[in-house]
Amino acid sequence: MDPVVHLEGVVAVMGGFPVLAGADLTVEQGEIVLLRGPNGAGKTSLLRLCAGLLPVERGAARVLGCDLAADRTSVRNRVGLLGHANGLYADLTVRDNVTFWGATVGASGDEIAASLARMGLDGRLATVRVGRLSAGQRRRTALACLVARRAELWLLDEPHAGLDAAGRDELDATLREAASAGATVMVASHELERAGALATRVVDVVGGRVRPREEAS
Amino acid sequence: MTAWKIARLVAAKDLRIEARSRVVTNQVLPFAALVMVMFAFALDNDDVLTRVAPGLVWLATMFSMLVLVQRAFAVETADGALDALQVAGVRPGGIFLGKAMALAAELAALEAVLLLGAIVLYKAQLRGPGVPLLLATFVAATIGLSFVGTLYGGLAAGAKGRETLLPLLMLPVVAPVLIGATRATEAALGTNGASPSEGWPWIGLLTLFAALFGVGGTLAFGSLIDE
Repeated sequence: MDPVVHLEGVVAVMGGFPVLAGADLTVEQGEIVLLRGPNGAGKTSLLRLCAGLLPVERGAARVLGCDLAADRTSVRNRVGLLGHANGLYADLTVRDNVTFWGATVGASGDEIAASLARMGLDGRLATVRVGRLSAGQRRRTALACLVARRAELWLLDEPHAGLDAAGRDELDATLREAASAGATVMVASHELERAGALATRVVDVVGGRVRPREEAS
Repeated sequence: MTAWKIARLVAAKDLRIEARSRVVTNQVLPFAALVMVMFAFALDNDDVLTRVAPGLVWLATMFSMLVLVQRAFAVETADGALDALQVAGVRPGGIFLGKAMALAAELAALEAVLLLGAIVLYKAQLRGPGVPLLLATFVAATIGLSFVGTLYGGLAAGAKGRETLLPLLMLPVVAPVLIGATRATEAALGTNGASPSEGWPWIGLLTLFAALFGVGGTLAFGSLIDE
């Protein structure tokens, strides 16, 4: 089976500044890979490249079988990226947001309800406007949107940020469940203890390059 | 998912946001009404106001539209939703059409209030033979303005200083709509002795404008909002 992510000597530039300088990485289906490294190392750029948001300047990049150097748009409806922003509409309720994002892939009402329930957002919380939620609740709403979108590759940038203990446990359980169901997860995080315990593999990102490090679990 | 389905989804979402936030009813409509009142204070002459009423209606529409467009894209960029729409593989043409549809609905409500304001404040007279022309003018101009507003709103969305950049980019482009819609509205209202038959050629210009920006926007929107 082809790897979900296969990068060879990938160079990417943003605003004239090289953000990836020859990155090599292979990720197989069902893996949960932790990307760790200092600020500015290229972790977020790596995630955005895999999401088809950052163009490949040089090198070979295949994600879910799509050649990103030739076409970086066709992969987009198969990946779910949760970056520093949540991608939510503050004036809509939690249910409205999850319904909207689910509808972009044709999710049914039952799937929307299941996504809300999985992130503990069913009941009264589903009717609250996102603008009135805490940071942790907004993060959980964004994750529920990702669940509703049935993404094959989950790209998460600091997903634990702003979550309380219960939210973190729910997130970890959701990611493990998604991976066991066949999804592949890449997590960029500074919370090494928690994310490291979750990951099946840890890689270091330094100076825009990827260094394999260790088997985490 | 087809571009048309995406368009309906995005339009429904945008209109729901406006229904919940009530920015249009509580801020934009009062702003537009205030502009009309200020024109009346500034000109302070019934004859002059009646003569220039069509132009003032469309000027107030365009000033108010800047606020609507800013708002339409502020909700997309505030929490990275536009980026998320791209990642979700949502067809850019569908996003463009959906946002234009929602903007057109808001503009239609705005124009109805402004026309009513012109009749009450400026004593503009609506006559039976001019009604079809007036409706055609408002439909064609609204569609054209919504396409241009969405296109330039998307262009400015990722730019620094977008609040000041948008009027600079957009106002020169909508000048043909201002001219065409004003002339056609003058003909519909019989301003300065104009007859409705004089207004129909302007509908052709407004329709051509709407078609050009509709097709161009649908095709170019993806490149505009990309990196």
